[in-house]
Amino acid sequence: MPDETNAGQNSGKEVEQAPGAGTPGNGEALSSASMSEAEHEEHLAHGGVVAGKARQGMFGISGTGDTSGFGGLRLPAHVAAPSERPFGGWFDEVADELLGALRERGLPADTVQQITVDRGEITFYLRREHLVDVARILRDDPALRFELCSSVSGVDYGADAPQRLHSVYHLTSMTYRRRIRLEVAVDVDDAHIPSVVSVYPTADWQEREAWDMFGIVYDGHPGLTRILMPDDWDGHPQRKDYPLGGIPVEYKGAEIPPPDQRRSYS
Amino acid sequence: MTERISDVTTGTATDGAGRDSDSYEANRTTSNPDAYAGSRETTEGTVYTVTGGDWDEVLAEAAGDERIVMNLGPQHPSTHGVLRLVLELEGETVTQARSVIGYLHTGIEKNLEYRNWTQGVTFVTRMDYLAPLHNEAAYCMAVEKLLGVTVPQRAQTIRVLLMELNRISSHLVALATGGMELGALTGMTAGFREREEVLHLLEFLTGLRMNHAFIRPGGLAQDLPEGAEQRIKDFIAVMDSRLPDYDKLLTGQPIWRNRLAGIGYLPVDACLALGITGPILRSAGLPWDLRKVEPYSGYENYEFDVPTANEADSFARYRLRLEEIHQSLRIVRQAVDNLTPGPVMVEDAKIAWPAQLTIGSDGMGNSLEHVRKIMGQSMESLIHHFKLVTEGFAVPPGQVYVPIESPRGELGYHIVSDGGTRPMRVHVREPSFVNLQSMPAMCEGGMVADVIASVASIDPVMGGCDR
Repeated sequence: MPDETNAGQNSGKEVEQAPGAGTPGNGEALSSASMSEAEHEEHLAHGGVVAGKARQGMFGISGTGDTSGFGGLRLPAHVAAPSERPFGGWFDEVADELLGALRERGLPADTVQQITVDRGEITFYLRREHLVDVARILRDDPALRFELCSSVSGVDYGADAPQRLHSVYHLTSMTYRRRIRLEVAVDVDDAHIPSVVSVYPTADWQEREAWDMFGIVYDGHPGLTRILMPDDWDGHPQRKDYPLGGIPVEYKGAEIPPPDQRRSYS
Repeated sequence: MTERISDVTTGTATDGAGRDSDSYEANRTTSNPDAYAGSRETTEGTVYTVTGGDWDEVLAEAAGDERIVMNLGPQHPSTHGVLRLVLELEGETVTQARSVIGYLHTGIEKNLEYRNWTQGVTFVTRMDYLAPLHNEAAYCMAVEKLLGVTVPQRAQTIRVLLMELNRISSHLVALATGGMELGALTGMTAGFREREEVLHLLEFLTGLRMNHAFIRPGGLAQDLPEGAEQRIKDFIAVMDSRLPDYDKLLTGQPIWRNRLAGIGYLPVDACLALGITGPILRSAGLPWDLRKVEPYSGYENYEFDVPTANEADSFARYRLRLEEIHQSLRIVRQAVDNLTPGPVMVEDAKIAWPAQLTIGSDGMGNSLEHVRKIMGQSMESLIHHFKLVTEGFAVPPGQVYVPIESPRGELGYHIVSDGGTRPMRVHVREPSFVNLQSMPAMCEGGMVADVIASVASIDPVMGGCDR
């Protein structure tokens, strides 16, 4: 159950465990109220923000002292590693401006949990509490000016990943011709994220789509209803654990199995 | 289920009460006291016939209160596709307008998660069916960015060429359907006639008129056929001779002008707030074209203009689309001249789909030389072929967002990979979807007839919008 005090303890502990981690706002793990202690340790070991699915061993072995190598094939959950400064190019400028503006407005230092630069794109992992404030700063600050919210998309990292639901925002600065990405991760049991419609009206339909497909509740949205699926639909189809349907074939009662149960080579 | 419908009936029972169903008199006088919601018994059960009410009655009910809520679509020849509009009218003035979408939702984004990266092209090309090559190109560019590979020069030039041809055909359909919706039927026939020229050319170049799946991660499925340059030049000549007709037919025509000018007004600040891009944004005066401001695929090497207007209305959008066709032809001309021989797929045999396609006796397939090589000479090639076709290539984990300028605006692909041979998530930022949000802002306060002109000027393609 989501629980305020527990969340407080967790985040307190994180700060204890990761003292002086790099740059301001960097390297601090997500706090998840509903994570178990073991999950939390694992989470921290991965550097906080989790993306990707944890792969099991070859024969489903876990937690044994297997040295044969058959427990191998153990790909870790993909984690976007926090980047070190200098990020390169204009990334440092934007990061400095943003972090400076956050300090000026008195927002907590851990509002930006992690900054990742990957494949020439910069991602700010945000704590959901101050998402709208950060978006407003990004839009209005004369040195940032991200006037256009290009895209809002939900991502489900699978049932095994802690904080599996991510809401990803792509912002464009037409003034400076820059693009950044904001990412907010939440638990599936507490999938609430504040809506940015008040800052970017274009997010209206895109948040409705993310609600429709992933069940992310955007608090403060003017009319959060389904948009692509019928109004009376059950479930959120693009979640990874949403059951897929097969196709009955009118020949000897055969059925084409659902895509996730077909023979797969990967 | 033991009992199947086909065992019980052929579905076309001609006996009994259903016999006279076509006849208005039969329905009215026999067992149907209610002319608007009658029912009759058939072998399938009761069939209800619901017809529209009488307009006089609707008006009588609304007497004293002018407010009427009207539904338009989703199957209506002038809603620009499977789009449903709900309009609240006061007299003939629209006081509120909302659009309802999702009628063409096919779950393509979800489907992509269960196919390998190359197969994804076949899906994305079916989303915005008027701009299939833009979807293919954007998807492939995103996959290539995740892979960290650079596409050979020739493949990039051909991509630009194809995308611009596609932009021409898409804008022609925008003119054609827009004209049809407003009653300018000659505009429609002319637009579809020229679009047919583009589709013929695309069929010659890629093998298919639509849904090409020609652009693949790493390059192209195959090189252009012999004689392509001449065919493209012939096409340009045809377009050069016919494009002036549009100005003669529509641009100066008073009816066309009066139907469009001042309609669907959306200034630049509203565009930015609503995330509107493409011709709508440029009609408001902002020269924002990703081909210019964030060049990709070598667009920085082509000379072309980004036309803009300041009127921010439907007529300006019509003129911009027409001008963009001219600019696209300019790019096509340069692209044909720039074509230099070379590979059209990356060298890496672990990514390049092993297609050496040729026409065989049983249709298109791998060439005999390629089959001989992998079966008889090169075990490595056979292994690569087998691995690529069954499993596909793995893409390093991470996420990218790649935007390009589609005919309708910013078409962005947000792709997340978990390191596997299939995408973990593909999100498409569809310009049709985002731009359609501007419909209420353009229509409210105007007349019902102008709603049609406004929606036509947005030019949403519902296949892309609903995905």
